Amino acid sequence: MAEEAILGYLESKDEISDSGQFATERGLDHNEVVNVIKSLHGFRYVVAQDIKREMWILTDEGNAYTVTGSPEVQLFLAIPPEGIPKEELQKKLDPSVFKIGSAQAAKRKWVEMGKQLVTRKIQHVEDEVKNLLLQIQDGQAVNQDEIKALKARKLIVPQTWKGYLVKKGPNYAPKRKKVATDLTRENLQRGDWKELEFKEYNFSAKGLPIESGHLHPLLKVRHQLKGIFRQMGFEEMPTNNYVESSFWNFDALFQPQQHPARDSHDTFFLQVPSTTKQLPEDYVERVKQIHESGGYQSRGYGYDWKREEADKNLLRTHTTAVSSRMLYALAQKPFVPKKYYSIDRVFRNEAVDRTHLAEFHQIEGLVCDRGLALGDLLGVLKEFFSRLGMSKLRFKPAYNPYTEPSMEIFSYHEGLGKWVEIGNSGMFRPEMLLPMGLPEDVRVIAWGLSLERPTMILYGIDNIRDLFGHKVDLGLIKKNSICRLGL
Amino acid sequence: MPTVGVGRDRLYAALGKTYTQEEFEELCFDFGIELDDVTTEKAIIRKEKHLDDEGGKGDEDEEVIYKIEVPANRYDLLCLEGIAQSLRVFNGQEDIPTYKLANISKESMIKMHVKSETSSIRPFVVCAVLRGVTFDEASYNSFIDLQDKLHQNICRRRTLVAIGTHDLDTLQAPFTYEALPPSSINFVPLKQVKNFRADELMEFYKSDLKLKKFLHIIENSPVFPVLYDHKRTVLSLPPIINGAHSAITLKTKNVFVECTATDLTKAKIVLNTIVTAFSAYCKRKFEIEPVEVLYSDGSSHVYPDLSIYNMDVSLSYVNSYAGVSLEAKEVTGLLKRMQLHAEQSKSDNITVSVPPTRSDILHPCDVVEDVAIAYGFNNIPMRKHIPTSEPVSLKPLALNEFTELIRSEIAMNGFTEVLTFILGSWKENFPMLRCKDDKSKAVVIGNPRSSDCELVRTSLMPGILKTVNNNKDHPKPIKIFEVGDIVLLDEKTDVGARNRCQLAALYCGATSGLELIHGLVDRIMEAVGASFVPLGDNTGYFIETSDDPEFLPGRQASIIYKGKRIGVFGILHPEVLNNFDIPDPCSYVELNVESLL
Repeated sequence: MAEEAILGYLESKDEISDSGQFATERGLDHNEVVNVIKSLHGFRYVVAQDIKREMWILTDEGNAYTVTGSPEVQLFLAIPPEGIPKEELQKKLDPSVFKIGSAQAAKRKWVEMGKQLVTRKIQHVEDEVKNLLLQIQDGQAVNQDEIKALKARKLIVPQTWKGYLVKKGPNYAPKRKKVATDLTRENLQRGDWKELEFKEYNFSAKGLPIESGHLHPLLKVRHQLKGIFRQMGFEEMPTNNYVESSFWNFDALFQPQQHPARDSHDTFFLQVPSTTKQLPEDYVERVKQIHESGGYQSRGYGYDWKREEADKNLLRTHTTAVSSRMLYALAQKPFVPKKYYSIDRVFRNEAVDRTHLAEFHQIEGLVCDRGLALGDLLGVLKEFFSRLGMSKLRFKPAYNPYTEPSMEIFSYHEGLGKWVEIGNSGMFRPEMLLPMGLPEDVRVIAWGLSLERPTMILYGIDNIRDLFGHKVDLGLIKKNSICRLGL
Repeated sequence: MPTVGVGRDRLYAALGKTYTQEEFEELCFDFGIELDDVTTEKAIIRKEKHLDDEGGKGDEDEEVIYKIEVPANRYDLLCLEGIAQSLRVFNGQEDIPTYKLANISKESMIKMHVKSETSSIRPFVVCAVLRGVTFDEASYNSFIDLQDKLHQNICRRRTLVAIGTHDLDTLQAPFTYEALPPSSINFVPLKQVKNFRADELMEFYKSDLKLKKFLHIIENSPVFPVLYDHKRTVLSLPPIINGAHSAITLKTKNVFVECTATDLTKAKIVLNTIVTAFSAYCKRKFEIEPVEVLYSDGSSHVYPDLSIYNMDVSLSYVNSYAGVSLEAKEVTGLLKRMQLHAEQSKSDNITVSVPPTRSDILHPCDVVEDVAIAYGFNNIPMRKHIPTSEPVSLKPLALNEFTELIRSEIAMNGFTEVLTFILGSWKENFPMLRCKDDKSKAVVIGNPRSSDCELVRTSLMPGILKTVNNNKDHPKPIKIFEVGDIVLLDEKTDVGARNRCQLAALYCGATSGLELIHGLVDRIMEAVGASFVPLGDNTGYFIETSDDPEFLPGRQASIIYKGKRIGVFGILHPEVLNNFDIPDPCSYVELNVESLL
């Protein structure tokens, strides 16, 4: 209605000089007129200029008086011609009406507030306040003194009135074309899509967030790594046994019983179930031998090997505990070469900080075959890490109780401009392999690294607790990108 | 790995060459040690006192200290003297030293008599004498530091071996090693002026930050090990403290070294490490005076045992193990740089003389490693391994493949995956879930560092609820899931416990979302090909009301698949939510993945 009125008026006239007046004349709501002008302005049908006017509007109290009359008049009318005791008058009126009314009526000398009776001083009064308020409500002009008095009594407050001066705009048309924000089924059914003018789409803002599920970033990296191992012909080891005996975790690996890693400062030992009940006894005997007095050309460690230490249960400190079980199983059958891998949880009783947790994931790969050499280890590491995007490698001699030679793997990090340690590797000691029953020329090359470290480097995360555990921000998991490792 | 702090300038002086830090780092890398940190004495003290590092660059003239990380089995590298010597030999600047015993007759040898009572507490003692030693402040400190490092590492905080070093000129041989009731031992301990009775001394050291850690080793024994000289002067009360009387000083010329032990092999290694490293400061370089140890059963041993261990290693073994093709001469040349004297004895055989400093050489493979280090790990040609026989085909691990598929399915249903800890507190695994611990389920950690690792989870619920608690600001609804292992006690396995793979999913919002979780259950069952069957039918799955404490009564149900209860879902009990400080209603499902396989 308002839109038709405005566009229609401008068809023959140059301008609407005052939107307020325009609305009043046509009996339109000014707010609606304003909204239509804004919209028409937005589509440049019209050009609107702001106009402002100071005006007065009634407060709630002022509004009330336009209906009930002013308190002074209410009070005056409540006084019978013969007068009335003050207490009774008070009872007849609302307390605030009585209070304001008596003050104002006295000021205007309408009433006599006698000691005994309140009486009228004049017989007839005009409710000027009410009349003035009605005039203001109607938008009529009122003189400044009156305004001042009403303002002082908080019956009116000033308000800035806003309206527009409206002229034709560059896109003026007597009737607005339909502007669409979307193409709807109705548009297609009616065929009116041809006439549709589309509102400009804001491509600089982002689209709606997608409601969807997400996989965990660490496990996405794991998935890629599993793919890499498979492409290299590695078979996955079953690692779903967190509880392990010290025997398989340490002793079978020729790790002496006094080794610092077997300290309670590093390893979680178990109260329940505290010990393991079953070990392959003949193999245990060979392991005891090799620790105590050697054999297979080894001098051994020369100490009293204790069965109780081997029986102690723990949470595995490395997946190599699984490797030792797998290799032992392999040794019980005619030999076939194997390439094994696993990626699973391991546990360390260490202080927790930005880069260390009491549990993390270990990646482990091993090759078991006849006649393997250190050169084969270098070759397999080169291939594995190249697939991870780390082709510049070098190797540092290191120590590990169950591998000899042992090598730390360093990769040149272009971003950091330096060599960073990325993993450990080595050849399993004969003292580990031969007591298992593997043929003498069978050697095992192996390497390990954590899953968390490369993931943190990959995704630029510097606190491990932002990646793994219950403190991880779900928003981060959702924002995470695909893992391109091995592409 | 142990770390040794050495003065940079002194090290370079000992190496006879000044390096840039980069050059030195390269040398370390090739040899297999690592420059871990570059610091100063003052910076170390500041760090220990947790002071700010402000102005830490500080004095130009402060001595720079290199913290060098060495392999844990190379005890000979636990002091500057050992590191410098190894690097000098590695660089070809010096020949392998030959350690020898002073040529003295058995009669004139210092004697240590061992009383039989020691067998019940600390049965072994080995000794040696360093004659004509010249200490300066640096070498004296290094001597003390080496003992500290050995105590920390191979001696396992003095439990296996404890070292005492004494000014021999203040004592009178022969010595005795005894075990006596604490109340009968009296002496003035090191750094004290007053006489203590051994039992009082133990009490006194309970407040000593350094020594209190060692008291437990003998505390509960009726007798304490103690060493006396001929005049009943106490040398030491191992493994706690030495006597003040025989304390060594910068001026000490003749040092008596004793190592008491529960492990004789390690005691011999410790003694050898000390005397070989510091015999370099003796008047007769690399010469050590032996001590005879006599046991009450009449047996007698002369220490230190500096005998060379001859190991035969075949050349073909070295070449095939390392993946190189070297001549015998090349191998012996490389071994020389690693302080291993070697000679070609037969055509394919090399005899390696393992010196007393190299207790890490146990097997020919250790020799191969030294050849490879000297040759350079990075110079060894890379080989492409071709299996001696190809595997027929690789078998996948069904459970792991299956969980990968299930995880994708759930993510496709709009749930976000979380990955929480296996370890947790007892409280959150039981009472916070309104569950009772009947001790039949959970694996319990014996030595938890904090309450965060008291036991192994028996359900995924605590981890999931903690995740919700930590993500209170995340827009609702929260839809998360986890597939992971729990561990349950199981008498039937060798270790007494087994893993079980579980799946859990949770909805959290303004309403409980029970229908949605119910829908997810149906979708999972549909995805694994299970059909929805009437109650009691064992061919597929059905849902039956349950009564589990974690869930709201009347709003929970068991999932029965092929007649077995494989999981449960429902609205979480408001008390459980309150325990995890979660203000919004949640529905949750957890089921056994292995039963769907």
